[in-house]
Amino acid sequence: MASLFATKFKVRATQITADLDHRANIRTALHSYEKARDEKKGQYQDWEAARERASEIKWEAVNHLDSYLLEFVSKLTARGTKVFWAGNGQEARDYIVALAKERNARTIIKSKSMTTEEIHLNDLLQKIGCEVVESDLGEFIVQLRDEAPYHLVFPAMHLTRHQISDLFQQKLHSAPSENPEDLTMIARRELRLKYLQADIGISGANFGVAETGMISITENEGNARLTTALPKIHVALMGIEKVIPKLSDLALLLPMLATAGTGQQITCYNSMFGGPRQEDEVDGPEEFHLILLDNHRTQLLADSEQRDALHCIRCGACLNVCPIFRNVGGHTYDTTYQGPIGSVITPHLRGLTDWKHLSEASSLCGACTETCPVKIDLHHHLLQNRRNAEKKEPNLSEQFAFRAFALLARYPAIVNWLARVGRPFLPFAKVVDAMMPAPVRAWTSSRDLPAIARKSFRDYWRER
Amino acid sequence: MSDGKRDEILGRIREALRVPAPRDQSGHSSGKYPAPDRSKTVRELLPAVPADAEGRLALFREKSIQLKTDFHVVKGTESASAILKKLRDDCGWTSLASHHHSLIDPLIPSLGLETVFVEERLEPKSLERFSVGITGCDALIAQTGSILVTSRSAGGRTLSVLPPHHVVIATPDQLLPDLPSAFELLYSKYGDRYPSFVGLITGPSRTGDIERILVLGAHGPRDLTIVLVDPA
Repeated sequence: MASLFATKFKVRATQITADLDHRANIRTALHSYEKARDEKKGQYQDWEAARERASEIKWEAVNHLDSYLLEFVSKLTARGTKVFWAGNGQEARDYIVALAKERNARTIIKSKSMTTEEIHLNDLLQKIGCEVVESDLGEFIVQLRDEAPYHLVFPAMHLTRHQISDLFQQKLHSAPSENPEDLTMIARRELRLKYLQADIGISGANFGVAETGMISITENEGNARLTTALPKIHVALMGIEKVIPKLSDLALLLPMLATAGTGQQITCYNSMFGGPRQEDEVDGPEEFHLILLDNHRTQLLADSEQRDALHCIRCGACLNVCPIFRNVGGHTYDTTYQGPIGSVITPHLRGLTDWKHLSEASSLCGACTETCPVKIDLHHHLLQNRRNAEKKEPNLSEQFAFRAFALLARYPAIVNWLARVGRPFLPFAKVVDAMMPAPVRAWTSSRDLPAIARKSFRDYWRER
Repeated sequence: MSDGKRDEILGRIREALRVPAPRDQSGHSSGKYPAPDRSKTVRELLPAVPADAEGRLALFREKSIQLKTDFHVVKGTESASAILKKLRDDCGWTSLASHHHSLIDPLIPSLGLETVFVEERLEPKSLERFSVGITGCDALIAQTGSILVTSRSAGGRTLSVLPPHHVVIATPDQLLPDLPSAFELLYSKYGDRYPSFVGLITGPSRTGDIERILVLGAHGPRDLTIVLVDPA
C-alpha cells in the first residue's frame, strides 16, 4: 500500500510537471546561478581537492561528535551562553515557549533557519500570543503567503515579481510596483519596525566551532546580523551535526558553502557568535541561548552506511541540479528539506514507511553526488533506502514480477509458447490492457502493450 | 533551567558511533577523479592570490568593483578627510555614528555633523536614525574583498549594520592575502579571549530573493565605503 504521503506526492507531481510556466520560472531562476557557480568553482586552485578536504572536516566532526559537542558546549557556557540539549522538536519548542512566556516577549524576529522549520516553531509561538516575523526576504514572502519555503536556500524562487507585488499590495497595502528593488525596500521598511520592537531574536546556525565555542551564520541580507544585535535575547537553534573541529576550518567551508549554494565566492555576511554581550562590549544581547537539537539525527548517525548524510551543510546545490526537483518543484516533496538530500534524510527523520517513495523520486543520474561540496554519496543512499524499505516491507507484487521475469529469461521456450498462445488474442489487447489489476496498471496506463510479432525472430531465423 | 537531555543524547551518539563509518564513503565515484592531493594546504586549494602587496591591492580593488564596494586609497589624514567630506555632500549625510579609534577620531570634527560615539552606551536601536556608521576593522582580505570585524574593532555589533551607509577606515598593512591568514590573525590577536562577535563583511547588504535579481541594501547598509589611509 502506498502511504498517504506517497499518494499526495504523485498527485502534486503530476499536476505541477504539466505547469509549463512553473518550469520556465525555475529554469530562469537557476540559469544565472549555474553560470555564477561554474565561474566561482573555476577560480579555485583545486575544487575537487577542496571538496575532499571539506568532506574530511565533516567526517572528523561527525565521527567524533560526542567529544566535539562537549568541547563546543564547555567553551560556550564559559562565556555566559545557556545551552539546552533537546532530544526532539517538542523539547526545543517547549524551551523556547517557556522562555518567551517568562520574559514576556511580544514580538519575535527570526532570521532564516531550516531547523526551526523542521520543528514547526512559529505556529506554537503564535498560539501563545507572540508575533513571529521572518526577516529573510524570501522567508518573509512565503510567510505572508502562509506557505512553506519552496527551496532550502531560495525560499521564494517559485514566485514571480508580479505575484510578490500583488501579495505586498494585498497584505501590506503597499503601492503597486513590480520593480524588485522597490519590493525589497517595502519589505525592508516593514521589517525595520519589527526589529526595533523585537524582544527575542531567533536564528539558526550553519556551523558550530568546537575549538572556540562559536556559532557561525552565513547570509547576504544582514537580517541575521540585526537579529543577533538588537533584541535583548538571542536564541539559536542548531542541529547537533553542525559542529566542526576548528575555527580555521571556516576558511574553507565558508567560501565553499557560498560557491555551491548561491554561486558567490563568499556571501555578504558571515558572522560568528561566542556568547552574549561581554563586559567590555558596547552592545549585543544580554542573554544568548543555544539549543542543540537531536530530533532523530542520532538515528541517522547509527546508520554507518549513510552517516555521511550528516555532513550536509545545507547549501542546496543538489536541489539545483536535480532533474526531479526542477520538474516537480519544492512543495511537492512536502518535507522540510527538499530535493536529493531531503529524500535521503527524511525517511530517517520521519519514518521509512511513510517516506520511502522519495527514494524513487530519482533518476539515479548522480548529478547531486557530483555537485555536493562535501561529497555525500546521495544517489547511492537513495538506492540504499530503496533496499531498506524492501527489506522492511517486501513488495510482493514486485517480487512476483521479478521471479516471473527470471523464469522467462532462463527458459526462452516459455516465451515462445506464450507468444504462440497469445497471438490469436492480439485483437483483444486493448481490452486486456484495461482489465489489468492495480499494480500493473500503474505501468500500462501510460504505455501501450506491444503487439506480438506475427512471426517470432527464432522462427524467422530457423526458416532462413 | 536544566540543560535538557544532555546525557541521553550523548549516550545515543556514543552508541551510534560504536560502528565505525568507512573513511571514504564516496567510494562509488572516487574512480572518476584523479586522487586528491592531500599534501596541499587550504591556502593552495582556494582561489590564488598574488604574492606581492601591490598585486593584492589590485585584487582587492577588483573585488570591490565586482561587489559594488566603494574603495579608496589615500595618503594622509587630510586626503581621508577630503573623501569623507565629499561623501557627506554627495550622499547628504546629516549625522554620523562612530566609535573611538585612533584612525577615525581625527577625521570627525572637520565633517561638522551631529555625532555620537557608541562608547556613550546609547540604546543600540537609536543608531537607526544616523546617516552613516564609521568603524575600524581587524583586517581586509584581498582574496574575497572582505572586511574582518569584531565587536571590539568595529564598535560593537550594531554600528556596522544598522545605519544605511557603512564606512570603514583601515591602513594598508591591514590588507591580508586570503581567508586562512584572516583566521591566523584571529588566533594570534584574540587567543582565548574572543570578542562575542566576529564577522566577515563582503560588499554592501544584498538579496536575490525576487527572481534571483540582485538588489542592494536588503537589511544592512546599501552603501559600503572603504578608505585605506596610508599614514605616509
